Amino acid sequence: MSGKLKIYLGYAAGVGKTYQMLVEAQELKRQGIDVVIGYFEPHARKDTIEKTEGLEMVPRRKVMYRATAFEEMDTDAILRRKPAVCVVDEFPHTNIPGSERSKRWEDVQVLLDAGIDVLTTMNVQHLESLNDQVWQITGIRVRETIPDWVMKQADEVVMIDVTPRALLNRLERGVVYSPEKARKAMDNFFREPTLRALRELALRQTAHEVDARQANGDPPTEQEHAAPAQQERLLIHVTADPSTAALIRRGKRVADYLGAECFAVCVCEDPDTRKLPSAQRDALEKHLNFARNLHIETRMLQGKAVAETLVEFARQHRITQIFLAWPNPRSLPLFGRNTVQQVVRLAGDIEITVVAERRHT
Amino acid sequence: MPSTPPRRPDPEQLLRRVQAEEEEAYGARLKVFLGYSSGVGKSFRMLDEGRRRKSRGQDVVVGALQPKASPEVEVVLRSLEVIPLRYIDGLPTMDMDAILRRRPAVCLVDGLAWDNPPGGAHQKRWQDVEQLLSTGISVITTINLQYIEERREQVEHITGKHVTQTVPLKFISQADEIVIVDAPAEADTQLSELREIALVLTADVIDRQLEAYLKQNGIVQYYGTQERIMVCVTPRANAARMIESGKRSADRFHGDLIVAYVSQPELSAEDKAALDRNLALARDAGAQIEMLDAEDPIDGILQFAQSRGITQIFVGHSLRRTGFGRFLKSPVDRLLEKPKGIDVRVFPH
Repeated sequence: MSGKLKIYLGYAAGVGKTYQMLVEAQELKRQGIDVVIGYFEPHARKDTIEKTEGLEMVPRRKVMYRATAFEEMDTDAILRRKPAVCVVDEFPHTNIPGSERSKRWEDVQVLLDAGIDVLTTMNVQHLESLNDQVWQITGIRVRETIPDWVMKQADEVVMIDVTPRALLNRLERGVVYSPEKARKAMDNFFREPTLRALRELALRQTAHEVDARQANGDPPTEQEHAAPAQQERLLIHVTADPSTAALIRRGKRVADYLGAECFAVCVCEDPDTRKLPSAQRDALEKHLNFARNLHIETRMLQGKAVAETLVEFARQHRITQIFLAWPNPRSLPLFGRNTVQQVVRLAGDIEITVVAERRHT
Repeated sequence: MPSTPPRRPDPEQLLRRVQAEEEEAYGARLKVFLGYSSGVGKSFRMLDEGRRRKSRGQDVVVGALQPKASPEVEVVLRSLEVIPLRYIDGLPTMDMDAILRRRPAVCLVDGLAWDNPPGGAHQKRWQDVEQLLSTGISVITTINLQYIEERREQVEHITGKHVTQTVPLKFISQADEIVIVDAPAEADTQLSELREIALVLTADVIDRQLEAYLKQNGIVQYYGTQERIMVCVTPRANAARMIESGKRSADRFHGDLIVAYVSQPELSAEDKAALDRNLALARDAGAQIEMLDAEDPIDGILQFAQSRGITQIFVGHSLRRTGFGRFLKSPVDRLLEKPKGIDVRVFPH
């Protein structure tokens, strides 16, 4: 049987995710449960380090990269040790190149598959579908992301809440970072409006996770049996344009919230992509791959007329809503209509959503 | 010649300034720990914060405690000064005279929703807290979701338990800080529902607070953290489908639903009746209804949407022109092409 995953969710460094996770690990140990620490990032925080006392730590593995030794979680050693519960800090971490798996969340999957329960920590800004919104709020493009389906697999998501004011006080007192790093952080990321907005995102995300778990667990009511809500099916139009990544994230997020199935398709004149200019081909493949990583079903369609091909596919697959980006002004036709305008006119009963670009202000 | 856009005031600086001014004016601050159920650890969080503040040199006392204390609460209590409750006809109330004489910087008040026995200064404990704040004493307090007046019915519907002691949401919303004490609800459906309500309530409070702070300083800035769906209806739109869809999205995103229409001076009696029917549907869906006055409907919609932090606009095809106009840009095209950070969903007739 697969292990259980519990995520301690926060909105910034220093809110107390790791601390709370270790408090729980200590409590489990007190109850006689076999707990080990698989990975712990001390960050020189005294209170947090104290909470590891008495807990067994599985030594980290050394990985050489460009003649420097890095330390990563030793997943194989944990598997051999086979504890009941493993504590893994910093869920979204990217492993050093040369590691067996590129992401820590993939290591965690291995532990879960081996029947080990995992406690882990992450901040809301690392959730893939919020990437553009987080950029809009913070001006920071978060690179280490967790696909939404990974978070959905968690059995429990708990919000670790402190107010931005309390967090800034901690920062000023040097609890979170060294004085120099703290000053830098307060100039950049740790600004009160930013923290408030991220905190709100974390609260709403947690509410959604609670909601989704309820919906899954409930047997359908009589009413729902009698009149099942119309099953929404979303189609995302993939192009080589860089805005496609944001379109995919937004489309998938809406699909998840509506409980809809989701497809991502691109339309090429020739199904043989080798005939495309290499930059375009690479971009298309990157976007389709990205969609697949988010567990979206992808297709490459062949057709001269993009709008017609899209709408035809949509009809065949009983799509209820098509997601598109407004085309880049440079690629707009001088005369006639662009793809979006054409799709709107062809779509018949299908709804069309044009996803706006979200910019940092 | 390129002109430099006027420099916008830095929201961060403004926020800090406003807070600094407020603190100078009132000094006292209110902090609320909100839990979705008893036993999630609100009291512990409050007392633990009191203990930490005291260790940093603040003058902290405990003004009120719940009758039953867990072992971990007992431990924290040992390092705190407690002003005992006063009893009137055997019923406990906070000893306001003693607290006011003692004049601490911070007073910890457990169980904000407590009803005082007759004969005290105030009927409600939250009114005691109001008085403490007005005399310059900061308060840290706890409340359980079920005691928030505006959520009482909803919670009663879930738990089947009736409560009489309540605190108005306005009092909580005006707190300087609100913190949710979250804990897993395991597989308990009732508790999960309560937990969801508490999380959304906290998110809504902090959303409004940030908005208010920024607005006070003449800044309209939205981060899109809360989904706000604006359904634009006309007499001829398929409003039923759009509103139903809007409501479903708003519910799933825990967002707001706004139904807007652009007033038209010369509506036929038939169109007027159709519009009224559509607005009735909007009211039934619990939407907020807005009438927009604008010469150009698209400009009116966009202006409103931008001023209110709308994240999704729903429009119908019926805005599309027919006849000769079909060769021109349709209003929907204009709505779609303007870059504005808002998604637009187009519905068929």
